[in-house]
Amino acid sequence: MSDTNMTRMTTRVNTTEISPPGVGGDGALGTASAFARQVMAIVAKDLRSELRTKQTWSAMALFALLVLVVFNFAFDLRVENTAAVAPGVLWVAFVFASILGLGRTVAAEHDQGPLDRLLLCPVNRTVVYFAKLIGNVLFIGVVEVVAVPIFAIIYNVPVALGGLVPVVVLGTIGVAAVGTLFAAMAANTRARELLLPVLIFPLLVPVVIAAVRATSALIVPVARDAPWVGLLAAFDVIFLSISAVAFEYVVED
Amino acid sequence: MSSIARVERDGVLSPSPSPLRQGGEREHLTAENAEDAERRGVDHPSPSGRGVPARALAVEVVKLTRAFGPKPVLRGVDLALEQGERLALFGANGAGKTTLLRVLATLARPDAGTARVGGLDVAREADAVRRIVGYVGHQPHIYEELTVRENLRFFARMYGVRDAAGRAEALIARMGLAARAGDRARTLSRGLLQRLALARGIVQEPDVLLLDEPETGLDAQAFGLLRDLVEERAVAGRTTIFTTHAAERGLELASVVAVLARGRITYAGPAAGLDAAALRTILDDSAGTGRGR
Repeated sequence: MSDTNMTRMTTRVNTTEISPPGVGGDGALGTASAFARQVMAIVAKDLRSELRTKQTWSAMALFALLVLVVFNFAFDLRVENTAAVAPGVLWVAFVFASILGLGRTVAAEHDQGPLDRLLLCPVNRTVVYFAKLIGNVLFIGVVEVVAVPIFAIIYNVPVALGGLVPVVVLGTIGVAAVGTLFAAMAANTRARELLLPVLIFPLLVPVVIAAVRATSALIVPVARDAPWVGLLAAFDVIFLSISAVAFEYVVED
Repeated sequence: MSSIARVERDGVLSPSPSPLRQGGEREHLTAENAEDAERRGVDHPSPSGRGVPARALAVEVVKLTRAFGPKPVLRGVDLALEQGERLALFGANGAGKTTLLRVLATLARPDAGTARVGGLDVAREADAVRRIVGYVGHQPHIYEELTVRENLRFFARMYGVRDAAGRAEALIARMGLAARAGDRARTLSRGLLQRLALARGIVQEPDVLLLDEPETGLDAQAFGLLRDLVEERAVAGRTTIFTTHAAERGLELASVVAVLARGRITYAGPAAGLDAAALRTILDDSAGTGRGR
């Protein structure tokens, strides 16, 4: 054996300290802490990437604004019609823009194999789901922050911000909960841009109806109306639960 | 065939016919690894102290099959590899090399048969397997909009490395990426991307490292880094499996050689004493064998 090889043979490789994800803490608290750390690491990574490219946000915001403007010309928006039409337009803009964002964020993760970069890591698949869900909610949320004031101006709707925030947040979570799951499913197909809307629009019907009715009730309060915000919250819980469980089976080979 | 000795369960050295066996018994270590483990005062050579049960085979594959739709890719692969070995997996395009590595990396599930890494079943204990396996595929599996440093810190966090920043800096230095550490990955050349991919693959110091044609895009200096890395891992009792089409470079890195043809291992033996010409003959023979099945 050469001297060089002898040197190599006696080289000690530094051992990296590794705390197994989900095991490094104090029982359930440590597991929850590891879960949260991993989720936030993925969210921070996605936000950093998006802040550098701004591709998704700019496309989504532009699309939402176009929908608001086009519908403004397409509908008869006399005062008596506004309360009936405007909430629907707002949520159509949000949902259409969301489809763009949902497709884009998952496609960006798939450019080097279907989620392989994350699936190689020893992280629970639910971590990946919630990280992508939070990222999508944030992406859609930024678009909503831009679109709502413009919507209020164009449609001359007095937006009660305090009441609209929970409706928009709950509606966005519902859209993102279903969208994150089906975007991951569609991403494994060639026709993902076509398949994603076809898959999720039917499932979003209850969320969109509840969100539109809740928004409409903010503009023109209706006596003895159904508890749309509560229904929206219930849809969110159902969709989140099912999607979080199903995500593993969607992304695993 | 091989001069490498094995340590049986009772610690008695015995000559081994081959360090690489097809579907053989478990609980064997190379003598070299056993000495290393003893020197380091650990029960087994796993640096992380987790995951790999004492004296488990590094990799054990038994009658593994995997198909994509109606097309079978792996048709009953049997393979047993001891810790600290460096396996070069040769085979023609479409032979199933990448699929075998993806199964071992838990990216693809076996249709039938079993695959164990460090004694852990890749299908039933996938999460534990991921902690002890590093995988570098055809794609670099890095985030192009993040910098070199950000990529390595991110993956170190994902693997639960306590000092993620320190580990990232160590890997940057180790792979000669210091000058580009602050640059976005998408600005790197193919060779530098491959260095970054290798750094990602060893971010948690995996017990078993799977490399799919790792020499692709590497210049002579970078190939030297790869060779040193593989050799240091072997000394530390860590196993490396790599696929390649480059006979000379493959033989330079490997301690054992296997040939995969049409979804089956058709040859397995030590790399010592094998030259490129002999290997090409074996590959040609294996291709003929495969066609006949």
